[in-house]
Amino acid sequence: MRKIATLVFLVFVAFLLYGAYEMRDFGRPPSDMDDYIIENSQKETGANNAVTAVVFDYRGYDTLGEATVLFTAVAGVMAMFRRRDDHA
Amino acid sequence: MINNVPFFAVMLLIAIGLYTILFKRNLIKIAMGIVIVEAGVNLFLITLGYREGGLAPIYTHLPSGVEIPGGLVLPVPQALTLTSIVIGVAILALILSFVVRIYRHYETLDSRNIRRLKE
Amino acid sequence: MPDEGLSPVVRVIAAMLFPFILIFSLYVILHGHLTPGGGFQGGAIGASAVVMLIVAYGARWVESKAGEESVSVLESLGGLMFVVTGLLGFILAATFLSNFLVGEALFGEIPAFGSNPGILNTGGTLPLLNIAVGLKVIGGLASVVLIMALGSRGEAA
Repeated sequence: MRKIATLVFLVFVAFLLYGAYEMRDFGRPPSDMDDYIIENSQKETGANNAVTAVVFDYRGYDTLGEATVLFTAVAGVMAMFRRRDDHA
Repeated sequence: MINNVPFFAVMLLIAIGLYTILFKRNLIKIAMGIVIVEAGVNLFLITLGYREGGLAPIYTHLPSGVEIPGGLVLPVPQALTLTSIVIGVAILALILSFVVRIYRHYETLDSRNIRRLKE
Repeated sequence: MPDEGLSPVVRVIAAMLFPFILIFSLYVILHGHLTPGGGFQGGAIGASAVVMLIVAYGARWVESKAGEESVSVLESLGGLMFVVTGLLGFILAATFLSNFLVGEALFGEIPAFGSNPGILNTGGTLPLLNIAVGLKVIGGLASVVLIMALGSRGEAA
């Protein structure tokens, strides 16, 4: 079992090294969609902060999913620590 | 190649976290390994959106002389990283509550002794 | 033991610092569309203020003041406000979670293009969504820490 785990780990580290070596240049990303968002976010949403406009207006559905994940985590923790004498 | 130092830091973090998940026996150390892999993935998402010499994409008191879509960093990877950090916190809360429950039932934290059904 | 709290010096300083940290977190939540910050960041600051009270005074004292039910009601109120704002966008305008307050009276000024000192009246539905997510994060994180501290009473290692 340990031999299989060692082999899988070494193959994955080799893949990570190859990926980090062949990655694109660090400071020059392709940016067509983000240029549109930076230029037009004040006209369409009226907010000064482009990151908040992306989180709540252009991608608001993802924020709704994340609020659901937080709710599920709190419900799971409450289910784990339930005592038998209260909530009868 | 000397320009890609942040990507090598991401590779180092993910490799250390994966080693801790695969080869350690204590349950708390496995939970720490999951958190280290999560941190590496968040760093990778942020360094994908960096523009050289750029400022934050916020228009309040922006200094004059900055060209508008060319001198600011990209806002979309920062939004994805925000969501990922909150999901990491939720996963850590659930994992730790499971560990407390397992310890109360089995009286040990060694992951090799938690295999039989205890009466 | 998570029940007794710490010495009186720590208790006095925690009681003095608690309202200032709470006001700072409300400032970061409300100005989310002008400065760096927003719902999640301000909610984490507010939850850390409540956790400071739990560490200094003990979990049983905090539960006698505001029980674990009222903290989880706060979280549900935040989630409900988020969904109601989205459904209002669906009824009054085109799609779910659309920005139907831009140009209206409540939060609807449009600032001039370029650098400006921030105007609080802008943003559309963004301040309402920020408040909803801030309440949800404060309630959620404080509830998790309170339940874990109450559930491990008498577990001396």
